Amino acid sequence: MSAELLQYILTGLTVGCVYALVGLGFIIIYNATGVINFAQGEFVVLGALLFYTFLSLMHLPLAVALVLAVLAVAIVGLLMERLAIRPLRHAPVVTPIIGTVGVSVIMRGLTRLIWGPDAFPVPAFSGEHSFFVGGAAIQSQYLWIVGLAVLVLVGVRLFFDRTTVGKAMQACAINSEAARLAGISVERMVQLSFGLSAAVSALAGVVISPITFAAYDSGTVLGLKGFAAAIIGGLGNGMGAVFGGLLVGLLENLGIGLAPEGAAGFQDAFAFVMLVLVLFLKPAGLLGKKRTEGV
Amino acid sequence: MKRFLHVNWLLALLGLIVLAIPPLTRSPYYLSIGVFIALHAMVALGLGLLLGYAGQVSLGHAAFYGLGAYGSAILTVHYHWNPWLALPTAALITAALAYIIGRPTLKLHGHYLAMATLGLGIIVRILFNEGGEFTGGPSGLPGIPYLQLGSLAISDDLRMYLLVWPVLGLLVLLSRNLLNSRLGRCLRAIHDSEIAAGSCAIDTGRAKVMVFVFSAVCASVAGSLYAHYIKFVNPEPFGFAFSIELVVMVIVGGAGTLLGPIIGTAVLTLITQVLVAVGAHYPVVKDLDVVIFGLLLVAILILRRQKARH
Repeated sequence: MSAELLQYILTGLTVGCVYALVGLGFIIIYNATGVINFAQGEFVVLGALLFYTFLSLMHLPLAVALVLAVLAVAIVGLLMERLAIRPLRHAPVVTPIIGTVGVSVIMRGLTRLIWGPDAFPVPAFSGEHSFFVGGAAIQSQYLWIVGLAVLVLVGVRLFFDRTTVGKAMQACAINSEAARLAGISVERMVQLSFGLSAAVSALAGVVISPITFAAYDSGTVLGLKGFAAAIIGGLGNGMGAVFGGLLVGLLENLGIGLAPEGAAGFQDAFAFVMLVLVLFLKPAGLLGKKRTEGV
Repeated sequence: MKRFLHVNWLLALLGLIVLAIPPLTRSPYYLSIGVFIALHAMVALGLGLLLGYAGQVSLGHAAFYGLGAYGSAILTVHYHWNPWLALPTAALITAALAYIIGRPTLKLHGHYLAMATLGLGIIVRILFNEGGEFTGGPSGLPGIPYLQLGSLAISDDLRMYLLVWPVLGLLVLLSRNLLNSRLGRCLRAIHDSEIAAGSCAIDTGRAKVMVFVFSAVCASVAGSLYAHYIKFVNPEPFGFAFSIELVVMVIVGGAGTLLGPIIGTAVLTLITQVLVAVGAHYPVVKDLDVVIFGLLLVAILILRRQKARH
């Protein structure tokens, strides 16, 4: 039993890392613009599908395929902001939110058109072998997922805290008018946030693809769970997504592992039940602070 | 006053067009498209009020549509209720659920309703899928009876067509009265400035909850009619994708107007049907319909964008 329990916990934490990355993607855009980006899941899918194409079809080295996939999706993020979101920047915030829904529909349609409806197998980064810790099997890909996720989370944190551009982006998030007066190009920072967010989500898609396969429709659920993770943790800060992601991953795996037979279909419900409960009880998120708004 | 006269004329014109269709064609195919336009328009109507007057978006209205359908299905198939009793019961249950979701989230400033309805939509869809014999699981629940008007069974496309369009007309009139009531004035005040409205002792949360519940009831009624029309329900049509499609219908037609969402529904349904017809000959087009939906949505948002009033 304890080995089984350990297995659920390790799997949960690994999947949680992916949710955390997707959730972080949501938060980066939300903080810069107040927009909830419903195309986030499509960034994840596009990352996975491009990685599959570069690695398995074009036989590029793994590191090159990874970097190219992430960069390409980042460019898609920049383009999305420029073509669909920036024209709506003076409208009430619900308009760009619906705009992101439109972009996600376009992207899903196009990825289906290009790659078709099939799921493609992606080889694990360092072969398909597992090792055992306390009776629980750990696939080597799990280590890649956790390692890269930690690297990205630390990197993003340092970027926002230590670099001029990162600080400028934070300034825009805190008060865009004041940032503009300080000589920061708010438009450029907003666009950058879409690029960064797309890159982080694409990386999530790349690292999870050996486990879930790459398919045009695999991103919706992953994107929505990352979104749930971000809100559960609190949209106000990046650590919220990490906390929310790990919590969702852990609870859904433990819940299904310990639930009676035949409850597996409910696995996807965990994240959303938690989401609704958090919205009811502590809408700012578990790590969020209450904010009051003025005129 | 002028605006409402205007709406009456448009409504009369729409009624004429609707009435002109059955004498022109008895094709079950065209009539069934007409039925679906009316059913989807009922959902879009409520969603349009929510978006246009409360400035809130719901990403889970397919779930309310589904709750109406499944509510009617379960009550009539398992418990042998009269369909005319099952319909309002399902609507009542849906309204209660909408209230429970809307009350805490609409009190807050921001788009918490969108997040909560998105979660709710996915949970409801999973419940339909995992409900075992109660909901029929993934393969669905067959054997739903026809609606009866006296001794007349609403058993073919023409009769259903002649039932759903007047129901839609009733819902439009009901919505118009709602907007002319105290609630409607509150909503317009909220639309102009939520903070100002709040400081004039308008319970902004309550007004928004009322619209949200009304929109959920519209969706539930449409879902019940759908169940008695198709006589079968399965989880497939009530997913996230349909919730999005409904939002697109509202945006295309114009939120904040009574007839816009109906026109948007008609336009999008017809576009889909044309694409399906063309797609039968050119397979490429079949996959393109989603892309065209998305492009249409973004293009209309950009062309119709308005500045936020602050």
